[in-house]
Amino acid sequence: MSILDMTAVELAAAIKNKEVTVKEATLAVLEQIEKKESAYHCYVTVDKEGALKKAQEVQEKIDAGELTGPLAGVPVAIKDNMCTEGLLTTCSSRILGNFVPTFSSEAVLNLEKAGAVILGKTNMDEFAMGSTTETSAFGETKNPWNPEHVPGGSSGGSAAAVAANECFYALGSDTGGSIRQPASFCGVVGLKPTYGTVSRYGLIAYGSSLDQIGPLCKDVTDCATIMEVIASHDLKDSTSVEREDTDFTSALVDDVKGMKIGIPRDYFGEGLDPEVKAAVLKAAQQLKEKGAIVEEFDLSLVEYAIPTYYTIAAAEASSNLERFDGIKYGYRTEDYNGLHNMYKKSRSEGFGAEVKRRIMLGSFVLSSGYYDAYYLKALRVKALIKKAFDEAFAKYDVILGPVAPTTAPKLGDSLSDPIKMYLGDIYTISVNLAGLPGLSIPCGVDSKGLPIGLQLIGDCFMEKKLIQTAYAYEKARGAFGRKEEN
Amino acid sequence: MANIITDETIEYVGILAKLELSEEEKEQAKKDMGSMLDYIDKLGELDTAGVEPMSHVFPVNNVFREDVVTNGDDRENILKNAPEEKDGMFVVPRTFD
Repeated sequence: MSILDMTAVELAAAIKNKEVTVKEATLAVLEQIEKKESAYHCYVTVDKEGALKKAQEVQEKIDAGELTGPLAGVPVAIKDNMCTEGLLTTCSSRILGNFVPTFSSEAVLNLEKAGAVILGKTNMDEFAMGSTTETSAFGETKNPWNPEHVPGGSSGGSAAAVAANECFYALGSDTGGSIRQPASFCGVVGLKPTYGTVSRYGLIAYGSSLDQIGPLCKDVTDCATIMEVIASHDLKDSTSVEREDTDFTSALVDDVKGMKIGIPRDYFGEGLDPEVKAAVLKAAQQLKEKGAIVEEFDLSLVEYAIPTYYTIAAAEASSNLERFDGIKYGYRTEDYNGLHNMYKKSRSEGFGAEVKRRIMLGSFVLSSGYYDAYYLKALRVKALIKKAFDEAFAKYDVILGPVAPTTAPKLGDSLSDPIKMYLGDIYTISVNLAGLPGLSIPCGVDSKGLPIGLQLIGDCFMEKKLIQTAYAYEKARGAFGRKEEN
Repeated sequence: MANIITDETIEYVGILAKLELSEEEKEQAKKDMGSMLDYIDKLGELDTAGVEPMSHVFPVNNVFREDVVTNGDDRENILKNAPEEKDGMFVVPRTFD
């Protein structure tokens, strides 16, 4: 097997067994990046020098027996909204076009402690606002399955990099589906953990009550292994949860006998592409054949999730993005007349259209006179949505459905109508509102040759049930993926 | 469209958001915000009387710690990304005359 076709766990094992060196693996993936970037543009920044230097250091620690973990020596890509010390971190925005952090995010530090080699920073929708990676200030990323199509978003660069063998795994962040949807569009595995499981320290905030970091990777084994490394209780993130059940790889068990799986009828109505529907229901059938108890049910409130999300996310974004003022870091306009004019001009020139749209909406729904009617109303509906999930999880271990209503749209087709783009998030968004874990795993390819994603949703802290179900499904499904030319 | 966003509203929101929009952007923002609010108005269909607004999904408590300084002087790092600095301070435009 070529190095590039290995999963992260396979590569780490090969390194441990001295079949491959960290340098060989790093050079192989850097060469792949060089070959493929002009076609796909997965990265904002590739740190060739840093990666090779790190590869040497990690190899020495592995040889000395200091690094023995299941990811030691494996090259990884990081979404460009996670701070990396000494390495440009732009959020794919002009306003952070020159920002070199002086510290690393906790999730990145956890990876480094486990012997990760950071290859670079992946492209994304600007400030993670978008579903296609087209709102990036540095150009769009293309879907390796068909470069005329988007990779999804906002973690589109991370998902495409995994699909194109331009990394062995990647970190993404998910505020309304930004890990699961690009994973689905690019035919890779993605997990958005329970809110609070992975520290948000050093993650540039979009919607703080919804943001979670998680893995994008080649299979479920990698997914569980990466989760074990990045999950941590962090006092620097006041919403970080202390968990003792983070032995996620213990759930890699090929057994779903008696697993109660609920299929929400509301996820299979109008707007769902028939090919996506057929592939997802076939996956449910395969799980049933392996002994899972599969039932349909009514989740309710599904059509209210998107307006609730956009109210809350825009409100939090408008507040979080106040920090970009042209004083402490980032872009400052050339010509200005006084302090307030400097703020306004720096921000207006630094932010792109979608970011401005959400800041404006957020400022409006938080303004006096509208706060109760819009913002508090959305928080009340969020409570109802959470309750609907609580009721579902009283009956089911796992909820199964599609990740997105369609496969990856063509480049340029989504941005013209924001609400249409937002509707694509209908199956992923409520998971963030309720703080739940959600996993995306490929379950087929449509007639256009584009991958289809299956979504598994669990109750809070029930990642292991998702991993177990996904692992059992993966075994039934068999190998998946297009063959990337290396 | 049920929600008509006036020029005054856009001006006001622009002040809150610290954004300076061009005339063209303002027109687009009026349209976009109007249609988003029409869409958000769908939440009005739900009776939420007696439902507490949920800001956190878990019952989170304030995280307390002892008021002890743990970080050292980090001035150099803090200023590293400043667009303009002088004598270990951020430079800002004149604020008072």
